[in-house]
Amino acid sequence: MKSFKRLALLFAFFLVVGVLAACGGSSEEGNSGSEDGGSEEGSGESGSITVGGSSAMQPLVAAAAEEFTAENSDAQIDVQGGGSGTGLSEVAAGNFDIGNSDYFAETKDDIDAEELVDHKVAVVGMTAAAHPEVGVDNLSKDELKEIFTGEITNWSEVGGADEEITLVNRPDGSGTRATFNEFGLDGEEPAEGITEDSSNRVMQIVNDTPGAVGYLSFAYFERNEDIVPLGVDGVEPTDENVKTGEFPIWAYQHSYTQGEPEGLEKEFLDYMMSEEIQTSLLPDQGYIPATEMEVERDAEGNESDIE
Amino acid sequence: MENAQKSETNNHRLLKKNGSSSKKNEKRGKALVYSSAAIVIIATLAITLFLGYKGIRTFFVFDVSVWNFLTTTDWDGTENSGAFSFIFGSFAVTFLAALVAAPLGIGSAIFMTEIAKKWGQKVLQPVIEILVGIPSVVYGLIGVTVIVPLLRDNVGGLGFSLLAGMIVVGVMILPTITSISADAIKAIPQDIKDASYGLGATRWQTIYKVIIPAALPSLMTAIVLGMARAFGEALAVQMVIGNVKGLPESITDQAATLTSIITLDMPHTTYGSVHNSLLWSLGLFLLIMSYVFIIIIRFVSSRRKV
Repeated sequence: MKSFKRLALLFAFFLVVGVLAACGGSSEEGNSGSEDGGSEEGSGESGSITVGGSSAMQPLVAAAAEEFTAENSDAQIDVQGGGSGTGLSEVAAGNFDIGNSDYFAETKDDIDAEELVDHKVAVVGMTAAAHPEVGVDNLSKDELKEIFTGEITNWSEVGGADEEITLVNRPDGSGTRATFNEFGLDGEEPAEGITEDSSNRVMQIVNDTPGAVGYLSFAYFERNEDIVPLGVDGVEPTDENVKTGEFPIWAYQHSYTQGEPEGLEKEFLDYMMSEEIQTSLLPDQGYIPATEMEVERDAEGNESDIE
Repeated sequence: MENAQKSETNNHRLLKKNGSSSKKNEKRGKALVYSSAAIVIIATLAITLFLGYKGIRTFFVFDVSVWNFLTTTDWDGTENSGAFSFIFGSFAVTFLAALVAAPLGIGSAIFMTEIAKKWGQKVLQPVIEILVGIPSVVYGLIGVTVIVPLLRDNVGGLGFSLLAGMIVVGVMILPTITSISADAIKAIPQDIKDASYGLGATRWQTIYKVIIPAALPSLMTAIVLGMARAFGEALAVQMVIGNVKGLPESITDQAATLTSIITLDMPHTTYGSVHNSLLWSLGLFLLIMSYVFIIIIRFVSSRRKV
């Protein structure tokens, strides 16, 4: 009898905790539900959505969300990071309303790309980043490949200073790494090297370590003007050269939605594609406007001119 | 008002009829304590089961061979991946850090309990407590900005190395080892020490022949607890070790640990993919290792004599 009472108490306790948790959850759901309803009927500018994924896109999306909510005070946009893989998984699972990714959803086998709608909001150019004292600012594609696959181990072999080459990589599956491998190294995997979690850390290490070389998106060369952006086959790594398709290493910044976007999702994505954002905020943040590209690419990496 | 009155009458009753009310309190207290215990147990079980489920999928759903996973070093996020270099890296950092921290920790524990009791407890103890409170990311930052360049300029190599990991983690686990060792030494009965002095032993002889042997099981516990912390440390290690997949050839080479590879790769994987699943398996391995550390601690402390 006594032990039964004990059990009953325990059970009651969990019941209370459970009910409290459930209440919290349901009231939240209730709120967002009514807001969503409002957005469909009314002005379409209220409610709340969650946007997340690619950490490379996070500052851009956060800045755009800030301006958007300043103009539409009823709307709430929650911007999260988490990585491109997380962005794709969460939008496919329905936890994010918009999932950001550095790469095409088609490249991930576990994501049903058919269900997702791709919005290419921006383009990012990337190139190899070298320590200030390596004495090289341009490499042929073959040299680039040989450096990153570990065949060339000293900068003097490509006409630079007599300094050992140290590779700085991003982790497997990182969007920057995937882009650099595909379009910088023509699909070859770089040799093992220091691996760093974020482009910021890569920038720091390339700056501090003699002979280091990594890869970064163009924006980082504005933040740190000492590190050297390497040209490829004599083409300078500039926004202009990316737009015309002359410089090969670039990637779309994708925003994925599950099905066609509706309500606030659509409002926000339209806002991201608007002239205002594409021509002012994007370049300020170091991105290239998707609307100004003269070439386009599909999920297989095939490039073609835009009419 | 009503409440105040109620509690007053309650107190009144408490004073007069001690019986029923205290029994009620007794029950309430019991319920509270029992439910806390139950929650802790359930949480631990749930974590174990969840990690077990997630980690084992790699071997059943994706048909990765356990042997291959544990013994090969080629990690590419596919079914053929092997995690041995990370397992090796984790153990290397853990043992090297213990090698630094154990003598320093036990030494300073002896200093503050036996040699400079007043000064040691007034100055050294607070210093060590502060060390415990510093978050690991701060250790990592100090490692990157101070230790890595220092090693690069003086020892050679890139600076990012096992050696840097050993120093940073060694400093991190130092307070754990020191404070547990100090408690262990304090717990040794004064009689034993007095007897030693009575036999004409010097202070050093007493420390070396009496105090250390008597406290040894607890000192071992301190070291193993420190090692358990070192094994699970992720952030600070990741910042200084270089995260190179492959076996390091020397102490100045870069390496990678189980924890650093989980934090590095996890954001870039999609849920349910092989790569993601492999990372869960690494997590399961970490959990199993922490069970092993606890078993070792149990075993060691059951031999405690004092």
